[in-house]
Amino acid sequence: MLWDWSYAFEILPILAQASLVTIQATLLGFVLALVLGLVFALLRMAKSPWIALPVATLVEFIRSTPLLIQIFFLYFVFPEFGVSLDAFTAGVIALGLHYGTYCAEVYRAGLDNVPRGQWEASTALNLSPFHTFRDIIIPQAIPPVVPALGNYFVALFKETPLLSAIAVLELMQQAKILGSTTFRYIEPITLVGLFFLLFSLVASALIRMVERRLNRIGAR
Amino acid sequence: MTVQPMVKFDGVTKRYGALTVLDSLDLEIMPGEKVAVIGPSGSGKTTVLRMLMTLEKINDGVIWVDGEPLTHMHKDGRLVLADAAHLRRMRGKIGMVFQHFNLFPHMSALKNCMEAPVTVLKLSKEEARARAVELLEMVGLADKLDHYPAQLSGGQQQRVAIARALAMRPKVMLFDEVTSALDPELVGEVLNVIRRLGSELDLTMLMVTHQMGFAREFADRVCFFYGGKIAEQGPPEQIFGQAQNERTRQFLSACLEAI
Repeated sequence: MLWDWSYAFEILPILAQASLVTIQATLLGFVLALVLGLVFALLRMAKSPWIALPVATLVEFIRSTPLLIQIFFLYFVFPEFGVSLDAFTAGVIALGLHYGTYCAEVYRAGLDNVPRGQWEASTALNLSPFHTFRDIIIPQAIPPVVPALGNYFVALFKETPLLSAIAVLELMQQAKILGSTTFRYIEPITLVGLFFLLFSLVASALIRMVERRLNRIGAR
Repeated sequence: MTVQPMVKFDGVTKRYGALTVLDSLDLEIMPGEKVAVIGPSGSGKTTVLRMLMTLEKINDGVIWVDGEPLTHMHKDGRLVLADAAHLRRMRGKIGMVFQHFNLFPHMSALKNCMEAPVTVLKLSKEEARARAVELLEMVGLADKLDHYPAQLSGGQQQRVAIARALAMRPKVMLFDEVTSALDPELVGEVLNVIRRLGSELDLTMLMVTHQMGFAREFADRVCFFYGGKIAEQGPPEQIFGQAQNERTRQFLSACLEAI
């Protein structure tokens, strides 16, 4: 028989262990992406071209080069400049940076959609730029773009197997190791695929829940 | 001692590209004075308010508020363009109500009125709340404190916006066509609130309006704008009764026909 149930059950706990690393990398990477994305988006709005232009260039550069190359760069090239990162850290930073640039575009769409009158009312009330952003603009800019951000969450999650390229012991790497020691690939790879499917479905459901909540608040 | 004007436009010019919206405007408004600005669209009347609220930069001239330059500041004995800190200090003297209300949709009426007093004036939550409640009562919305803008009618939203502006205790209040976006039956409640402010508070008011009847009854002075200049100004009886300028008469008769 092609599929060996006993082998599948034997490796399940090992893969479950590795899935924790995958989830950790996803969550940390996405939090980083959300923060960096907002920073990029706000800096791109800066009046001074000395800030806006370099940030726009950086964002375009990161968006237009493959994530895998960025992972390699952080892990293998940065040590040459005296910055040594362990594989997991390098992977998380690369994921956060790469998806941060996508999130920046999403935030920008949200920020652009806040009516001009909201800015003018903030000025008329003499709010500082900080309070204008924190209390007025961002609370209105983000809820409409939560679905788009959620898509990137799932997308980032599905790209974590790239971290196996720098030997982060996440799901894919663990599956490859299992396969190369027992010469059976069908069970580990299938199980990894199923895990990703399951997690993606759960994540999508969570995002829809958040969306519904935000819509309720928005409809008040 | 002579009373100095609360607001003074001194040769103020505003251009958008090649288009001159305001052409070397001189205008003085005394403390407590209520000035109505009327005129055809495109005559620069809204721009006057927007410049005073520092929403638009001016190209030439100086605007003074309460004896201090608004658009400029003193530096080494000369007037230089105001920096952000100077603008923030001066803006505190001015409040503005907009045609489209511009309430914060994610905040209740009460929170709308508390936001700036808490973050800008650094009032405690309790103080800001007490002030907001008082003002919302004054505009007749004591029972709507926790309503969100979307749950209020246009007239109610505009009254919240008035309370929100007043919560900053401005010396000058600007009203930019505040009834133009309202259904006709809601205009009265907003005008009543403005009447009340006029009689109860010591405010200098500058309003752009299409409500000629209200301007006539409420304003101390009416300025008719045409082509970026004040074509004619004077007490309401004079402007509405015996306008000297041909343009003013044409404009007013066109307004009458519309009614």
